[in-house]
Amino acid sequence: MTRAKPEDDEYWNSSKFKAFTFDDEDDEFSQLKESKRAVNSILVDDDDEDEEDVERVSWSGEPVGSISWSVKETASSIRSGSEQSFPKIDTTPSLSKQGSGYSLSSLFKGNLHDLSPEETVRRMQKGRAFSLEKFCSLQDKLLLLDEAVAVYDGNVITAVLIFLKKSLSKEILFRELMARDVALRHYVHYLKEMGEQKLVVELLKALGRTEDMALMHYKEHLNIKDESRRRDFLKSCLSLPFSQDDATHVQDHYTLLERQIIIEASDKKAVAEIFKKFPRKASILNMPIITTLYYSCFYHYGESEGTFSSPSNIRKTFRISEKQYILTALGARAKLKSWFDVDSLFNTKNWLGYTKKRSPIGFHRVVDILHKNSAPVQVLQEYVNLIDDPDLKLSGALKYKCHDIVINTYRDLKDRQQLIVYREKLERDSPEYRKIQELLNNVQIRWKN
Amino acid sequence: MAHTEWRDAPELPDFSLLKRLARDQLIFLLEQLPGKKDLFIDADLMSPLDRIANVTILKQHEVDKLYKVELKPIVSSSDQLCFLIRPRIQTVKWISDLVNADKVAGRFRRYKIIFTPQKFYACETVLEEQGVYGDVTTDEWNFYILPLDDDILSLELPEFFRDNFLEGDQRWVTTAGSALHLLQSVYGSFSKVYGIGRCAKMVYESWRELMEEGEQRTRQPEFAKVFLVDRDVDFVTPLCSQVVYEGLVDDLFRIKCGTVELGPDVTSSDKSIKVMLNSQDKVFSEIRNEHFSNVFGFLSQKAKNLQTAYDKRRGMDIQQMKAFVSDELKGLKQEHRLLSLHIGASESMMKKKTKQDFQELLKTEHSLLEGFEIRECITYIEEHINRQVSMIDSLRLLCLLSITENGLLSKDYRSLKAQYLQSYGIKHLLTFANLRQLGLLEEQQAGETLTVMESKVGKLVNDKTVGKLTDAFSSLAKKSNFRALSKRLALVPKSGEEYDLRVPRDMAYVFSGAYIPLSCKLIEQVLERDGWTGLEEVTRMLNGQEFAVTARNKTDAQRIVLVMFLGGCTFSEISALRFLGKERDAYYVKQIEYMVNIKLSI
Repeated sequence: MTRAKPEDDEYWNSSKFKAFTFDDEDDEFSQLKESKRAVNSILVDDDDEDEEDVERVSWSGEPVGSISWSVKETASSIRSGSEQSFPKIDTTPSLSKQGSGYSLSSLFKGNLHDLSPEETVRRMQKGRAFSLEKFCSLQDKLLLLDEAVAVYDGNVITAVLIFLKKSLSKEILFRELMARDVALRHYVHYLKEMGEQKLVVELLKALGRTEDMALMHYKEHLNIKDESRRRDFLKSCLSLPFSQDDATHVQDHYTLLERQIIIEASDKKAVAEIFKKFPRKASILNMPIITTLYYSCFYHYGESEGTFSSPSNIRKTFRISEKQYILTALGARAKLKSWFDVDSLFNTKNWLGYTKKRSPIGFHRVVDILHKNSAPVQVLQEYVNLIDDPDLKLSGALKYKCHDIVINTYRDLKDRQQLIVYREKLERDSPEYRKIQELLNNVQIRWKN
Repeated sequence: MAHTEWRDAPELPDFSLLKRLARDQLIFLLEQLPGKKDLFIDADLMSPLDRIANVTILKQHEVDKLYKVELKPIVSSSDQLCFLIRPRIQTVKWISDLVNADKVAGRFRRYKIIFTPQKFYACETVLEEQGVYGDVTTDEWNFYILPLDDDILSLELPEFFRDNFLEGDQRWVTTAGSALHLLQSVYGSFSKVYGIGRCAKMVYESWRELMEEGEQRTRQPEFAKVFLVDRDVDFVTPLCSQVVYEGLVDDLFRIKCGTVELGPDVTSSDKSIKVMLNSQDKVFSEIRNEHFSNVFGFLSQKAKNLQTAYDKRRGMDIQQMKAFVSDELKGLKQEHRLLSLHIGASESMMKKKTKQDFQELLKTEHSLLEGFEIRECITYIEEHINRQVSMIDSLRLLCLLSITENGLLSKDYRSLKAQYLQSYGIKHLLTFANLRQLGLLEEQQAGETLTVMESKVGKLVNDKTVGKLTDAFSSLAKKSNFRALSKRLALVPKSGEEYDLRVPRDMAYVFSGAYIPLSCKLIEQVLERDGWTGLEEVTRMLNGQEFAVTARNKTDAQRIVLVMFLGGCTFSEISALRFLGKERDAYYVKQIEYMVNIKLSI
């Protein structure tokens, strides 16, 4: 076992010790330290040494005898190339491996040029010296690529692609990649990692993958920090060939940021009461639509639809469903404890002029949200009463201690036993306690138990 | 035979050897740059490195200071800089910039890059293009496998999944092949290899090539069977909320490299602490595989026992007390510490889970797995999105819906996607594009005859009924592979049956008795049949790519099974396999690319 000593662990995991720090601002490191000059450290890659790995692993000052058999000793045992103990499983893509034994000439670097695509790929796989110069004709280049794909080695596939990128025109390379999906995906990934977005966009366009191209281009906005530049960039995306749906979303994205910039500019210096009472914790820039709506319901409630910052404008511009709107507005107004606003969210007038409460979301959810915003019992009670499902209603009443509802429900159920049980949970001589007492003494009620 | 006890339980090999090998090679590489040097380490290599070497060892080999690679300018004053990194283009570019900046400043230093587990040509090309090839020497540290526990090996390559399945880049195929090769050369050969998946096949081929050309020990003792499985063979399992203890810890606190960082709310102090989670932790090893509902009872029983053990002190005389202190107290204190840690973690889990209506979430998942009340599930997911609660949970649910239903109906897909973008940000349309590429979240293709019929019928009835009809139609119309697979392999036990989580009867216990992980069920079936015979229909539904090969000189059936998840696995799957191992009297060693908790976002 190689267990680190505890002090080592601590050393390693924390930065309070001087020498080890993740903080490169630390001045301690400006101290110059005496350093020995290394003389003979440059490794010369000896390409044709099969044992390169072997030497490394078995090297150690420590007694590795027990494990040296792992690699070094195996070198002396039998080569089993001919006697394969496991069969191949897939015959389709593997090319013929005749001549996979190294030709004599391959031992001389000077003749690397004479190697076949198979031999070259094989050497590349092993990290030995190779030369791609010989692969001049398009056919040879493609043979090389196909061979790399056939041995499933992503590293080599990419290496060949880098060579093709340098030695073929874009048009020809793109054309050939069209029929080679595995190679194509390696190429796209490589270009992305190299940060060559423009070329990827070009490639996707050439391949007719216009939607992918549009998305790739759109993705660039993530790297733009300045919001006006980002907005302008998004605007430039509007003409890209997105799918119909995504086109709408990107349009929304642009409109949203445009509005957010306007709102942010004016709210930053806003002096209204609400901003003093509840100072903004963060800017509204780059927030999702729903967060923006919440913000607007919080700071700009009741503004007319004409202003960009008003909830109704945002709701309309971004086609927000009634359900989603109510949920968000409810959250914001409840947070502010504006119970009046909460009420009016649900009030509807029927043709006789009576108000009635209706909600696109279940009232049990409404109660839940009100409770999370610590609504007083009176408010909670009103909404618990509106819950349709009698079971949900009772459990809600019990959970939020709406005594009247609980008591009335049990009374209506003529459940004397439950009332007695509930009475015990209440404070003696509280109004609720007395109410139960009265009910229990009422001889008019026919209890079921 | 009446007695089977004579059979020795198979011994798991000592995987710590792998650490030693890796450490020795690292030391060798460090010695290649003699003299004092500063070492820059890739952030995600720090924990793995920590497992095999420590600062003392590095110091012994003249490492002066350690830095984390942050892709920012450096302040080192050393004349020799050594970089221990994953082969990533971005990091190599950063190093090239450092070298070039030094050149401009007329400063002479030696630079060495040690790539692990291997170098890529693409990285070397960067050095060449930046004009620093030759100024920088490069090397490979073949640190393929990190043993995380007695029965878990990891490649610690978090990018494996994304590179292979999303980008289609096969750069890690040979790495996985080499890892198998390494295991084989250290511990003995494999008697049998089974696998399923495109990547699994390539890994097998890559490993076989290595074996053929490498020098083979003949008559090496065989040590294990191997099962290779691609992550995309079973996407359902990693999408389900985990409910075994270790899985929950991972879902909530993220286990990285076998270590978890527990915050102040768990430790009930003002510090957060890092804890190693493995079989060395006696409390943890007893609860890690348990369904969460059993954990509380277990912990409180433990706490009582501990109290009794402490209480023994009362009425002891000096001699006894002395013995107690020297023999038991240390152990008790250790247990005390662990116990309070896990109790703290459990409490914190309960708090978080009740806050987000965990029961409702689980209920929805179970309905989706069962294919029951899909309309209600969609409504739940919608509300989940509308309330802007956990972005990742919303996405998980959407993917689970898509996979179990073989894609979403067009109108559902569009409306859910629109609501998702409204709630979590429009940039996530890129996430949706990625998920579609992976096949995790798809829109059903229009044009299917039933869709037309459905809309016609839809006009005749009211909205509520349309929903129900839609469900009926979609279940008829789609070749729902998950449903069929689930039926074929009996993954979802009949509902209504009581499932005693205290006494698990099958692997379904890891999901509260509601679902047996597809991946683990496949492994069980194939091992039982010693191949894929009789599973033809199943493999067809999984898009084929299955294989089973036997070594020519096959000896006795091996009871150690090495399961390699290409693209990562979950702790629930590990628990399920441990359960299977107990049932079958075998050991399952899990080799994984990385513990997933699938990262789905852009």
